[in-house]
Amino acid sequence: MTWEPFVVLLPLFGAMLAMPVGRALGPRAAELLTTAFVLIAAILSWVLFFNVTPVFGGEAHARTIELFTWIGSGDFVATWSVRLDSLSAVMLIVVNSVSFLVHTYSMGYMKDYGEQSRFFAYLSLFTFAMLTLVTADNFLQLFFGWEGVGLASYLLIGFWFNKKSANDAAIKAFVVNRVGDFGFALGIMAIFYVFGTIQFDEVFQAVAANAVATPWRAAEGAPIQELTIHFLSWDFHALTVIGVLLFIGAMGKSAQFLLHTWLPDAMEGPTPVSALIHAATMVTAGVFLVCRCSVIYEYAPNAAAMVTLVGAVTAFFAATVGLLQDDIKKIVAYSTCSQLGYMFFAAGVGAYGAAMFHLFTHAFFKALLFLGSGAVIIGMHHEQDIKKMGGVKELMPFTHILMVIGTIAITGVGIPGLTLFGAPFGTAGFVSKDMILESAFFGGEAGKVFGYFAFTLGILAAVMTAFYSWRLIFLTFWGPSRAPEHIRKHPHAVPDTMMWPLVPLAIGALFAGIVFYGSFVGSNADRFWNGALYSAEASHEETASTADHLNAEEVTAMRDEHDVEEAHGEAADHAPADERAAEEEHGGGHHEIPGWVLWSPFLAMLIGTFSAGWHYLRGDPLKPGMLRPGGMIYAFLKNKWYFDEIYDFIFVKPAYAIGRFLWKDGDGKTIDGVGPDGIAAVVAAGARRIVKMQSGYVYHYAFVMLVGIALLVTFILVRAGSGQ
Amino acid sequence: MTLFETLSYAWPELALAIGAMVLLITGVFLGDKAAPQISLASVGLLIVCALLAAFSPGAGSTASIFDGAFRIDAFSTFAKVLIFGAAAFAILMSDKYLAGEKLGRFEYPVLILLAALGMSLMASATDLISLYMGIETQSLALYILAAFNRDSRRSTEAGLKYFVLGALSSCMLLYGASLVYGFTGSTLFTEIAKAASAGGDNAGLIIGLVFMISGLAFKVSAAPFHMWTPDVYEGSPTPVTAFFAAAPKLAGMALFTRALMMAFPGAVGDWQLVIAIIAVASMAIGAFSAIAQTNIKRLMAYSSIGHMGYALVGLAAGTSSGVSSVLIYMAIYIVMTVGTFAIILMMRRRGGMTENISDLAGLSRTNMPMALILTVLLFSLAGVPPTAGFFGKWYVFLAAVDADLIWLAVIGVAASAISAFYYLRVVWFMWFDEPAPAFERDHGPALAVAAWGSAILMFPLLTVGMGTLRQLAETAAASLF
Repeated sequence: MTWEPFVVLLPLFGAMLAMPVGRALGPRAAELLTTAFVLIAAILSWVLFFNVTPVFGGEAHARTIELFTWIGSGDFVATWSVRLDSLSAVMLIVVNSVSFLVHTYSMGYMKDYGEQSRFFAYLSLFTFAMLTLVTADNFLQLFFGWEGVGLASYLLIGFWFNKKSANDAAIKAFVVNRVGDFGFALGIMAIFYVFGTIQFDEVFQAVAANAVATPWRAAEGAPIQELTIHFLSWDFHALTVIGVLLFIGAMGKSAQFLLHTWLPDAMEGPTPVSALIHAATMVTAGVFLVCRCSVIYEYAPNAAAMVTLVGAVTAFFAATVGLLQDDIKKIVAYSTCSQLGYMFFAAGVGAYGAAMFHLFTHAFFKALLFLGSGAVIIGMHHEQDIKKMGGVKELMPFTHILMVIGTIAITGVGIPGLTLFGAPFGTAGFVSKDMILESAFFGGEAGKVFGYFAFTLGILAAVMTAFYSWRLIFLTFWGPSRAPEHIRKHPHAVPDTMMWPLVPLAIGALFAGIVFYGSFVGSNADRFWNGALYSAEASHEETASTADHLNAEEVTAMRDEHDVEEAHGEAADHAPADERAAEEEHGGGHHEIPGWVLWSPFLAMLIGTFSAGWHYLRGDPLKPGMLRPGGMIYAFLKNKWYFDEIYDFIFVKPAYAIGRFLWKDGDGKTIDGVGPDGIAAVVAAGARRIVKMQSGYVYHYAFVMLVGIALLVTFILVRAGSGQ
Repeated sequence: MTLFETLSYAWPELALAIGAMVLLITGVFLGDKAAPQISLASVGLLIVCALLAAFSPGAGSTASIFDGAFRIDAFSTFAKVLIFGAAAFAILMSDKYLAGEKLGRFEYPVLILLAALGMSLMASATDLISLYMGIETQSLALYILAAFNRDSRRSTEAGLKYFVLGALSSCMLLYGASLVYGFTGSTLFTEIAKAASAGGDNAGLIIGLVFMISGLAFKVSAAPFHMWTPDVYEGSPTPVTAFFAAAPKLAGMALFTRALMMAFPGAVGDWQLVIAIIAVASMAIGAFSAIAQTNIKRLMAYSSIGHMGYALVGLAAGTSSGVSSVLIYMAIYIVMTVGTFAIILMMRRRGGMTENISDLAGLSRTNMPMALILTVLLFSLAGVPPTAGFFGKWYVFLAAVDADLIWLAVIGVAASAISAFYYLRVVWFMWFDEPAPAFERDHGPALAVAAWGSAILMFPLLTVGMGTLRQLAETAAASLF
């Protein structure tokens, strides 16, 4: 056995051992054991990352290690594999690194709560499931990991199972995810129906090559890109159906618009859980799925348009709701929701590299913000309402600095136009978010549906992102303290194990954008992704350029040149049309960037920041100008667009009513009454009657025997008579 | 065939007959003190006979001796091994009980040996005379066994009822046999079969057949000739009941099958419906009546009536697979019945035996292994997969469906669903009710072996080994055709 599978398996061992070890040697042993396992896994995944991807030059070593055949039934084969390509390598480092930091952080955070062994077992179980998901080589293993992380998420949200709100939130998360998972499962079935396989390579190659596919029991096949599925007298474009169904799964897991309601409630779980699962890793599984299936979305433009639309709306919607939240964790949660929207619309317009880039950088600064919030919560004696904070800067200066770093990362502080080592100069969020917004703009220019729409909403969301992020800082850390006397005087001590994991995250939040820009979306992107992300235009242009008898190296050289130029925003000269087409190859689809497009996210950030300062740094921070309580907007946003109420009215109440009716009248009165209860009553009556015949008198018994034989003889004679 | 060759095919019967006489005389000389030794000797004799039946030189072959009145084939071997085994357990399981009730007499094992001899004859009978002789040898021993506790009113009443009604059923059987002889001119099964399939108006023959069926149905306690069963089961000493429920049922069913398949193969269309009606009546009585019972022995009586109904479903199919399904069913039935009665015999408190279902309440807390065993056995009796009882039912219903008796299979499934209620009710008592006082635990090794053995056979041994059992049963069934 090779060593690579241990990247996935070590957290599983940790999860299995945590409880027994905790029982035998105490919770600290369980904590150290699981953390050590995840640390080894994290180190291994960084080794793998540099081995698998040509991140700073070097060779690509994408490979798939097949462990065993999981299910083999007729034509249906699902293997258990560790697929190592650039995409999964990126996810591996994100998952294992954040998981390790969160494990470490939790040693301090969970100190006072008890039941650490169970907590760490769940954390490691989650890590294992997430790793299974990202290293899957087929859709079923992906689905296994998908459900595994869902289970771990459920267990961790409801970790404090004595708390009703935690249990409700856990159930809500689980049920809302059912909706998405139902779509996902149907998507997988549709894939098997159309392709006869669920292996990634076979499916993706078939789509890319436009091979002829014959759905199960279909009379004749068709080239896959034109194939339709016949359903209820309609014909649907097969790839669109698959794309939409898979995306519905992604919507549930990544809390996108309409299926987002569970994510804010999930904050009932311990804060490290929010950082790991509901910010950095699990919720990004949907983005990963869309990127993994990039080839499908490339040939299903309508499905891609849906991804763009939903992503853009989520980015905007969640940001608006985030404006007025008072719970420090819920602000960050809505922020997560909004940032996931960015990733999705980037993927929707075909900028998968940009989506993955933002996923990568977001993991750093969002985990930082969550873990920092956790430190504040601990310091403030488990208080989460930022209206009751203020002035925490003096009590927790180090945390303040880290949170500000997280905030300048998420709001996207940087200098447009300036480049450093060939990458835009700015925080991680600046680099990746600008990339996404540019991609959306160019997507719109290239005719992608909802491209401009996504760009517009993205800019608006950027304003609000800056606003709510700084609002959090201002209300929590700045200004006079509104906390009760005893908390102000004696803030809870925050253990060191909770502080130092924030440092690497802060470094990542500041510099990950600059360092990895070239690989993820810049000049090295093609070599870096190594085919893991697909672009229809690229492969189309590839053939076109060959047809034009262009030298391959020449094309590459030109591209690189323009990339660098354009990424710097200095593309003053108009590139010839054919070269421009060639440039679209790169994940982001870089054209020359109009100045206003380049500057608008920066301006949006400035507007948001200053209006937050305007609102919360002058006078009474609890009575801000435009968003003061009582206004229409206030109620609308405060109630989160009334989504919970609408869902309650449309789904929950009728479901209750229907369930009640089916239970009381349908099941109780009708089915039980006529069925089990009714039959039971008849049986009991019959039993009593028959038992009465058992009188104990021999002559009764003999009589029954004689009557019996008389009846039998009569019967046989009548039958013989009628038969002849 | 020389005399010796002829007799070599009847080794088990000869050994039983001679052995029973020797043990009887020994007992007379030594008195009741020697009862335990005679019991052990009888068990040994039965084991030897089972081995002889299975492995003696003539056992593998098919042979008819005594001018065609007695036949050795795979079918009779299958039945005999099970009969001897069940009889051996009936003796082994009785020691504590009989000693406790002051019934430790040497006649008990001897009577069981004689009954086993009769049953052995029944399994091999291919002539109306040997058929009747086998039945009566068995029955006379059983009448006495039922009344074995002669100081108990219930026991003597049971014996008397059984005797009177048994005599009535013998009358029916004999009347039917005489009609059959009258219309065919022979007592040999093979000759009857020839005459019956010769055609012509055979209404008389059919009436004779119906009378014979009624007499045989009484022996296997199939409805509407079942009325004696609950009273006799309840009144007889429990080890005797255990014996009644197991070996004679198999012998009766073997004889039933052989008589119908060998003497009236051409008249399947005539007797199929009669058997089906008896099967339906038995399944219904078994399913409904048991619900109201509070005494576990009466419950088992109705249970065995129901089980005979299921077995008759397989016989009604009238095919080779039907016969093999009957044999599978009876083999499984015998094992689980012996096991269940072993548990019932363990239901002993300081004050003596208890027989009420409510005495089992909370057994899982007072005696976990016993509750576990009984649960497995009750699941098997109810036919819950994956116990062996499920497979027994599966094969008989399958045979019925293959013979186009789908309605019969449907009724059978419905009846087993209803009967599941009273088996599961006992399970409920054991696991979920407040505990009744605990039972004594010094029940001896024989009961423990019987209980554990049968439970393990029901699940998982026979579940896994169903293929082997099926193969044996199919070979046995094939020898009738």
